[in-house]
Amino acid sequence: MNARNIVKRSVVIAALGAAVSMAVPAMAAPNEQYFPLIGWRTGPLTPLGVNVAAGYIDYMDLLNKRDGGINGVKLAWEECETAYKVDRGVECYQRLKGNGPTGASTFNPINTGVVYALLDRTATDKIPIVTIGSGRTDTTDGSVFPYVFPLGTNYLSTNTVKIKFIGAQEGGMDKLKGKKIVNLHMDSAGGKETIPLLDAQAKKYGFEIIHVPVAMPGSDQQAAWLEIRRIKPDWVILREWGVAPAVALKTAEKTGFPINRIVGVPFAGTEDDLVPAGESAKGFYVVHPYPTGINYPVIDEIKKYVYGGGNKGNLQDLTRMGLTYYNMGVTYGIINTEAVRVAQKKFGNKPLTGEQIQWGLENLNLDEKRLKELGVTGLLQPIRSSCKDHEGGGAAKVFQWNGTALVPVTDWIQGDKSLTRPLIEESAAKYAKEKGITPRDCSKAS
Amino acid sequence: MARVWLATAHPIDEGSVEFFFEVLIGGLLAGVMYSLIALGFVLIYKASGVFNFAQGAMVLFAALTFVNLVGYGLPFWVAFACTLVAMGFMALLVERLVLRPLANQPPMSLFMATIGLAIVIEGVGQLIFGGKAFGLDLGIKDVPIAVGGVQISKFDLFAAAVAGTLVLVLGAFFNWSPTGRALRAVADDHQAAMSIGIPLPKMWRIVWAISGAVALVAGLLWGSRLGVQFGLAVVALKALPVLILGGFTSIAGAIVGGLIVGAAEKLAEVYLGRYIGSGIENWFPYVFAMLFLLVRPHGLFGERRIERV
Amino acid sequence: MLYREAGQYKIAYATDQQIFPILQDRAAFAALMILAFAIVPVVGTEYWFNGLLIPVLILSLATLGLNILTGFAGQVSLGSAGFMGVGAFAAYNFMLRVDGMPVLGAFVLAGGCASVIGVLFGLSCHRIKDFYLIVATLGSQFFIEWALTKFGWLTDYSPSGVITAQKMVILGVSFDTPVRRYLLVLAVVVIMALAAKNMMRGAFGRNCMAVRDMDVAAGVIGINVFRTKLLAFGISAFYCGVAGALWAYAYVGTVEPQAFDLDRSLQILFMAIIGGLGSIMGSFLGAAFVMLTPIVMNIVGTALFGHAIDAGIVANVEHIIYGVLIIWLLIVEPHGLVRLWQIGKEKLRLWPFPH
Repeated sequence: MNARNIVKRSVVIAALGAAVSMAVPAMAAPNEQYFPLIGWRTGPLTPLGVNVAAGYIDYMDLLNKRDGGINGVKLAWEECETAYKVDRGVECYQRLKGNGPTGASTFNPINTGVVYALLDRTATDKIPIVTIGSGRTDTTDGSVFPYVFPLGTNYLSTNTVKIKFIGAQEGGMDKLKGKKIVNLHMDSAGGKETIPLLDAQAKKYGFEIIHVPVAMPGSDQQAAWLEIRRIKPDWVILREWGVAPAVALKTAEKTGFPINRIVGVPFAGTEDDLVPAGESAKGFYVVHPYPTGINYPVIDEIKKYVYGGGNKGNLQDLTRMGLTYYNMGVTYGIINTEAVRVAQKKFGNKPLTGEQIQWGLENLNLDEKRLKELGVTGLLQPIRSSCKDHEGGGAAKVFQWNGTALVPVTDWIQGDKSLTRPLIEESAAKYAKEKGITPRDCSKAS
Repeated sequence: MARVWLATAHPIDEGSVEFFFEVLIGGLLAGVMYSLIALGFVLIYKASGVFNFAQGAMVLFAALTFVNLVGYGLPFWVAFACTLVAMGFMALLVERLVLRPLANQPPMSLFMATIGLAIVIEGVGQLIFGGKAFGLDLGIKDVPIAVGGVQISKFDLFAAAVAGTLVLVLGAFFNWSPTGRALRAVADDHQAAMSIGIPLPKMWRIVWAISGAVALVAGLLWGSRLGVQFGLAVVALKALPVLILGGFTSIAGAIVGGLIVGAAEKLAEVYLGRYIGSGIENWFPYVFAMLFLLVRPHGLFGERRIERV
Repeated sequence: MLYREAGQYKIAYATDQQIFPILQDRAAFAALMILAFAIVPVVGTEYWFNGLLIPVLILSLATLGLNILTGFAGQVSLGSAGFMGVGAFAAYNFMLRVDGMPVLGAFVLAGGCASVIGVLFGLSCHRIKDFYLIVATLGSQFFIEWALTKFGWLTDYSPSGVITAQKMVILGVSFDTPVRRYLLVLAVVVIMALAAKNMMRGAFGRNCMAVRDMDVAAGVIGINVFRTKLLAFGISAFYCGVAGALWAYAYVGTVEPQAFDLDRSLQILFMAIIGGLGSIMGSFLGAAFVMLTPIVMNIVGTALFGHAIDAGIVANVEHIIYGVLIIWLLIVEPHGLVRLWQIGKEKLRLWPFPH
């Protein structure tokens, strides 16, 4: 290599340096509420990352375009690419948390690993994390986790909804006695999370539960399904994600197991999981806290204000509007912005800090009336959160795949908090002990 | 609601011979699917000494291209041919832009370069086709057929037939066509091959193109099972124990290795899993291959090198 | 002119054998240490510590571990992340189950545990060589991931299968602020890097290199090849184990077994090769490059095109550029970033009179 090359290289490096210094984010206008989005648009989980971000951004865009923000405070947002990696997620968090006139309002990482890494940091920085449909279940206990909000329906609640649905199909919860249910789960930390809860339910209702693990990433499940054939269960609960659900359903077909006796978790049964399985998945039941469909007033409004008149929203492929991930993104938008609205009542109509929004998230009260005003009746369940209960809802609907789309087969089914709550409190107490946290006294919380 | 098992499915007893054979045959057929991926690795390693980490990405890219072409309304065979051309073009680019500048570098650097290549291929694939999942239906309804009390998957049988044909075609090509013979010469000894006038870069282009074609076939079969989505690239991992068992340089090794790994992992999961905990499918093939290597350090069919100081 | 060794006479063996025989190198190293220990903690922001420096330092340590095995002893490994996992979970269990366990003691024991597992899987190197060795290390990678998920005892029966790092208190000082955590990580990394540098200059390092360059020849001249390889496996796993413990305790806080998956192993191998195999310095350069390049590109990309073009396209183009950059780097300098550094030093020696 000669000297000229080195000169050339230093020029490149200098140019890079200059570009980095330019990258200091533009100063946000003073009357703005700033929302950082740490998501991803590359890699295997792209459909989830892209469409949730699109729903979230489109909803905020709708508020800006239709109402001029929230009570005169405009909404601003900025994206940061994490490539679904924990270290990139932490970096994005650190990079964005101080931006905007009042700092980050909330963080919404849809990545359990990132949620784990942010638990400590957000509590110190007093910025809430909203983990709708993901994250860590025991954060439902707000006395130990004041800054984490698994709002809507956590993993354990969806699980009790599943058992309730199976009971209803069998003709009553008492008919579950003596039935066999297989819990086909990913052999990972997240996959095993519902095992204690299922054991407790098996004891309560008298059915037999058999846990069958599937090695990650689940691209071959023959052995597991042979095991299921041997067990001859009445129902199979499918707790899988990624490439696994399509494989599971195809293998079930191959094994001759009836597809309409399989009930899946939300991330096993989005359109992106079921399209690859195609006809094989016909009849498959999925429990969804975030229903699909476009027949909601809020989607019409988004179409009118955000995409109307030749404007472009965040979604590139408009056929994806109304699918599970997009609607989940809209849910993110609603819950985050409603928390700001609630907090504004207490702290005034100005840009708020994360700490103030935490109060809003903790005092959410989205009743049927408010849901109707928002145009989301049926899309979002009533949510009422408190210091103790950061879940607030706990219901889900059951859908069935008809070969091309998800069709609702039930209304909201409420989960069983009497079963989930003790497990949550136990796990949270353990976390508090390990970390040396003194739980807040929720009777004193304002 | 009464229990609704399909007519062909019948409950089985775990201790029975039928069950054992069902696990065994299922494992062997699964192994064929692993071999399909392993073949692509072997071809490239043989001809250019590169451990091609991008094979998984190539499988994905081929399947994505095919599915999208079919989506635009092209008939099956036209889409298939177009994808083959695309893979050939890719081989051309890889040889010109990656292999030629890196000729004579240590194998480790080449391996790394193929990881870079995998990143580029995945990025380009996503840029062109978007990140969503596609269904792929080859028109084979995967219902079990019963042979003497043993259930066998129709789709797996079809896949095995395709893999068998592919191996026969490849074998014929390497044994009888002049190009195939030249490729074998290259695999044996680069220096000697060059000195008798075999153009190395051309051979690389050809072998990468063939490997692209194998990737397409693997992509179609795996894609119709997993769906054509970005997770498809992970199937490459399944090929590693197969390669190691069969040896990096042998086509027959890839097939035999695949069969052994498939059968061993399924039997272990079903029979051994009961005692040491299930879900062992992920690491068992590796430990199995490792134990095997302790006896035969160059795999089943790998070339045994004589080491000299 | 400035960087010149002329006139620096070595009159004792000790001066001849020191790590930095040239005065300018010693000065530069001292300046770097002052910068890292005294200046950065004062001027750095939380973003620098939590977002960039701590993860880069920890991954440098893991890369260093892999470099001892792959770069110096020539044994390819894809199991580094698994050993990190062993370290993290072992440290957690020592802290949990032993009363009054000092944090640093737990880290050392954690490294020891990783070391034992590393040697166990390394035993196969007796017969298996080259790329075939990947299978043994991959086996350890998947086996460890499986075991950490499978056995509830290891996570203290946490239902979500994750561990929560206990507080770090050393000699009454609680390491809970970003600056303190950074200093702790830095101190551990510097000490272990200096130890590695010394080890590699000594008999063991030379044995390693002999084995790497040709193990048959090494055996012929009387080096115990098997023992050297095993030792390399053990030491490498020790470094990875400590890195894993630091990852859990000083960086993320709460960690699941899947945080130490194959992707992480590949990333570490990547760092070692990009940085330069067989170089301590290269481990740091490689880790910094692999970690920071995508982040810099993301910052630049969003700043330049953030509002004009769809974010998905920007993210994918960044991804492609990263891949191209890697291939380009390997073509320009197959021996890694550290080679560029060495070339730079050679040039500096002659500057400004290159002829």
